[in-house]
Amino acid sequence: MQTALILEIAADACPERIALGSLHDGMRFAALRARANAAAHWLRQSQGHNAAFIGMNGAALPVLLFASGMAGMPFVPINYRLGDDDLRRLVARTAPGVVVVDDDMADRISGTPGIDIILRSTFESRFVDGPLPVPAPLPDHENDIAVLLFTSGTTGDPKAAVLRHVNLTSYVMSTVEFLGCDEDEATLVSVPPYHIAGISAVLTAAYGGRRLVYLPAFTAEAWVEIAAREAITHAMVVPTMLGRILDIMASTGQTLPNLKSLSYGGGRMPEPVIARALQVLPHVDFVNAYGLTETSSTVALLSADDHRNAILSSDPAVRRRLGSVGRPLPALELEIRGPDGARLGPGEPGEIFVRGEQVSGEYLHKKTIAPDGWFATNDGGWLDEDGYLFIEGRLDDVIVRGGENISPGEIEDVLRGHPQVADCAVLGLPDVQWGEKVAAVIVCRPGICDTDALADLVKARLRSTKTPEAWFFRDTLPYNETGKLLRRVLKAELAVES
Amino acid sequence: MEIKPGSRWKSAVCTAELVVVRPPASAGELQCGGVAVIAQASDQAPTGAIDPAHANGVLIGKRYTDLPTGLEVLGAKPGKGSLAFDGRPLTLKEAKPLPASD
Repeated sequence: MQTALILEIAADACPERIALGSLHDGMRFAALRARANAAAHWLRQSQGHNAAFIGMNGAALPVLLFASGMAGMPFVPINYRLGDDDLRRLVARTAPGVVVVDDDMADRISGTPGIDIILRSTFESRFVDGPLPVPAPLPDHENDIAVLLFTSGTTGDPKAAVLRHVNLTSYVMSTVEFLGCDEDEATLVSVPPYHIAGISAVLTAAYGGRRLVYLPAFTAEAWVEIAAREAITHAMVVPTMLGRILDIMASTGQTLPNLKSLSYGGGRMPEPVIARALQVLPHVDFVNAYGLTETSSTVALLSADDHRNAILSSDPAVRRRLGSVGRPLPALELEIRGPDGARLGPGEPGEIFVRGEQVSGEYLHKKTIAPDGWFATNDGGWLDEDGYLFIEGRLDDVIVRGGENISPGEIEDVLRGHPQVADCAVLGLPDVQWGEKVAAVIVCRPGICDTDALADLVKARLRSTKTPEAWFFRDTLPYNETGKLLRRVLKAELAVES
Repeated sequence: MEIKPGSRWKSAVCTAELVVVRPPASAGELQCGGVAVIAQASDQAPTGAIDPAHANGVLIGKRYTDLPTGLEVLGAKPGKGSLAFDGRPLTLKEAKPLPASD
């Protein structure tokens, strides 16, 4: 099955239902199909192999996502927060291709060989606004790659995760009932377009028949304001967002009476925040979802009833499930394995493995899934007696700060470039607000090491979210016999110190 | 009749429309209301009568399976006829709805 089929059957079954935007002037399912169809004809006339998108959330995203599928081109949303050099490098990897780019970001990628740039304002005037086109048939195509998503790897060099149509449609069909949503339901999307949840939100909303409302870029004020104005019933947030949303609700007195379900994922949720959320929003079902780009989004979830049972329970084993990600989805298999590959029992920590049709486990030019279909997530975790999954964090060393994956390697590279730094290590430390914060351990050359100057260097070369927030000093760093930095040793020491 | 995943079909005798989610392991005829379904793109309008033995209906959003062959079909539009594969009635696939997580 192809992702565009989701829109086709929804548009046939409920053409007049609002798919996108506001209840009074939003885009209906029939219109979304017609516009995606027109954009698909335009894509087919290009010489491109890929359809990339660099920009903020908005109607252009679902139109281009479905149009790419109809045209038989992989859709490639790219992180606009990257530094200019990184952004250009990724765009160049999509050549030959078409890039729809926000007007104020276009200069950053101009002149990339093999790339046709279309400004978002032009794309929107042709394919989002303006008179409604009449859909015309498109030729069949053989492309089975729906989406390419660049993910931050351990080395800092992004890998292009391949999500095939079969992965995404299997995920959607096994988790959502076709047109199972009530007409008054609406999802507010605030995760960026280049995040897997931003992609799956488009597909699950269309299949369920639920209206999609976009927040161009997240601020807690705007989130609460739009949620109230648009009578939002469903939303997904990363843990960092939730705390800020609760703060704004407290200061404005907004209670969001229409909100029914709030899911969260993308990082560790501090328990005080979720406990407070349950108290402030008693009418809302909270869902904790755990998933990866390579698994087409969610693979395990903690349901609303699980949340309520956990918070009300006096049994510590049940209560601690508030910190779990719940149970695996019924449509896939999940197990914990030890370093020797053997399957582990309840309570034994190891690496999380998953298998199922939604699992791609594949990067461009590199399939990492085993021949028997099992995918090693590189996440550590364990299952309790009743099958609730607890995540211990990445087995590699990627720092997850506020839902953003940050590779220590590139920060270390920048720091090492400073004349005062003899050696350094960057790692994540637990943080109540962000889940993890970036910490740097520095071995100084003789003289004075100015952390402000180091922070400015990282900020200038990379970006502010990658700037270390905690600094430590050492005479030497721990390495193993093959010269590999023992981050876990260091991390354990710092956890005690900080 | 080539029953490919993602292929779209409509009933020859009622308003039901279908999408194939999983193809059957062996060739056969997908039927609705006791009569072979026709390609969605066909101009042919529904005519004729529903076989009373195959009149339990197709519901929108529900999935129907043929266990022996693995065939799985989604009801994309509802109708009065019910589904069968080579005369063998398909069974409704019970799926517990999951909470939204995206």
